[in-house]
Amino acid sequence: MSNVVTSERKPYLLDFEKPLAELENRIEQIRELATENGVDVTDQIRQLESRALELRHEIFSNLSPAQKIQLARHPRRPSTLDYIQAISDEWMELHGDRNSSDDPALVGGVGSIAGRPVVMLGHQKGRDTKDNVARRFGMASPGGYRKAMRLMEHADRFGMPIITFIDTPGAWAGVEAEQLGQGEAIAYNLREMFRLDVPIICTVIGEGGSGGALGIGVGDRLLMFEHSVYTVASPEACASILWKDATKAPQAAEALKITATDLKNLGILDDLLTEPIGGAHSDPLKTATILKQALLHHLTELSQMTNSERRELRYQKFRRIGVFMELSA
Amino acid sequence: MSLFDWFANRKKSTSPISQERQEREIADGLWTKCEACGVVAYTKDLRANQMVCRDCGHHIRIYSNERIRQLIDNNTWMPMDEGVRPTDPLQFRDRKSYRDRLRDTQEKTSLVDAVNTGVGLLEGERVALGVMDFRFMGGSMGSVVGEKLTRLIERATLERLPVIIICASGGARMQEGMLSLMQMAKISAALERHREAKLLYIPVLTHPTTGGVTASFAMLGDIILAEPKATIGFAGKRVIEQTLREKLPEGFQTSEYLLQHGFVDAIVPRTNLKSTLAQLIRLHRPQPTQPTTHHVSLSGVINVGTERYAPVSPE
Ligand SMILES: [Zn+2]
Repeated sequence: MSNVVTSERKPYLLDFEKPLAELENRIEQIRELATENGVDVTDQIRQLESRALELRHEIFSNLSPAQKIQLARHPRRPSTLDYIQAISDEWMELHGDRNSSDDPALVGGVGSIAGRPVVMLGHQKGRDTKDNVARRFGMASPGGYRKAMRLMEHADRFGMPIITFIDTPGAWAGVEAEQLGQGEAIAYNLREMFRLDVPIICTVIGEGGSGGALGIGVGDRLLMFEHSVYTVASPEACASILWKDATKAPQAAEALKITATDLKNLGILDDLLTEPIGGAHSDPLKTATILKQALLHHLTELSQMTNSERRELRYQKFRRIGVFMELSA
Repeated sequence: MSLFDWFANRKKSTSPISQERQEREIADGLWTKCEACGVVAYTKDLRANQMVCRDCGHHIRIYSNERIRQLIDNNTWMPMDEGVRPTDPLQFRDRKSYRDRLRDTQEKTSLVDAVNTGVGLLEGERVALGVMDFRFMGGSMGSVVGEKLTRLIERATLERLPVIIICASGGARMQEGMLSLMQMAKISAALERHREAKLLYIPVLTHPTTGGVTASFAMLGDIILAEPKATIGFAGKRVIEQTLREKLPEGFQTSEYLLQHGFVDAIVPRTNLKSTLAQLIRLHRPQPTQPTTHHVSLSGVINVGTERYAPVSPE
């Protein structure tokens, strides 16, 4: 979990962005000095700026899994509600699991994208510290998963495609969550999402944390942003269990194969969505456009199948996942 | 009281044999010490009681072969997919490489992975049975567990058999990364089809059933049974303690706790498990039902679904 303490205005600087920030500062200083002293430095500035662009490219195309985690958890990274606002023509949030709770860590509702009615839902992280506490950093409770299921049933009843956004460090771990059946809530969704007739498209927009992510992650298509991660266990937990040393989290992140490229190679990911250089948060509107185009493309493809074809393909998609060898008897 | 009991009780108080010799014989497996009450009992006698301590009722952990022996009628077990073996798809290495860990565990346990599956008779009822084995890397679920359970459930759907899965697992196998997580969905998909076919699925939760197994097939039973005092939960206790920074309630994440909160149907002592499962299977044999269509042809109603369930004779 990231510690969000920095004030809202200051840009959040990740350590691997520091050389870039230094260069940009220097450009700014030179520009100021030049103005003060009336010197023409246009050429030098142009050179430095193109160097800065190169550096940006270099940094963001060679991120380690641990660095991608930092980006995936970036406090300014667009959230589920940001994307919904940006890609939908209409939207109305719906509340409650009809069983005594309304989890703010998992939001959903009805709306339309390019004129098509859809149900959209996803994990919702907070936009500031206070909001994050209320939304538990996007860690949904059993009520959250049950609300998601209720909305998906609704979608199925009215023939609306389901679009889910995954962005959670994991399902909420607490006494109350256990008491209310966190395991059962997730398990139920896993099974029932195979039963639904309507198209389901799941996108990992930030962090895909284990069972908490999978609980709204069974679909006909899995999309993932370039700097998102999807992992069976948090690298921190994995490091402390397998390495007996929590500081080995970067090694664990590497070993667990959690990046979009890794998941593409493992046959789990269907579509890798490119982010603007600098990450999704550097240009949220452009990122939302990329997402919208991808969603519309897959929606169109999926709408051309019959319900039973789609369900069969959904089954086969998951049926194939796994690597083992088989000796003949 | 059996002679063994008498002997065991005597050992408790006066220990007729030397401490050293007793320890050696425990190591040899001749005697077994109950980890709950400390009584040392003759292993053969304990096995006759399905490894349930006669003194305190503690369910001593048993493994897949023993479990199959307890549940399946003699000479009727037909194992499935024994040739399915784990590989190291991520070339995972922590303090030790996954490849070495697999080889060492296979040698030590003579198991190939953490589940045994097959078809056999249970009090004459044909069942598809999967038994997880905690000895194999904590019963963790990787590609092999996922594949073998999926094949078992698919076969059960095809042959219209009830499925029983004895759960014992720490969760997903981290060394196989996301491939492990996806097995949760894969198995749940197969269970959805089994359910759609209106067939019975009973998971039995044994100590411990946690993590990804709890968040998938362990909680998807039509009827969910648990062994007494098993640890059952989604999140690890340490994780919860860290988030809460306080002590957990008494009996938290036990079978009894889950029963109390409505997530388990019944707690069944191991010594009654076979007869309970047989009873449930008999009660859920498909009954001739009234068709819901308006044009009822009575002659067609009578035999619906009964023929397939003619008793199967043991081979
Ligand atoms: Zn005892």
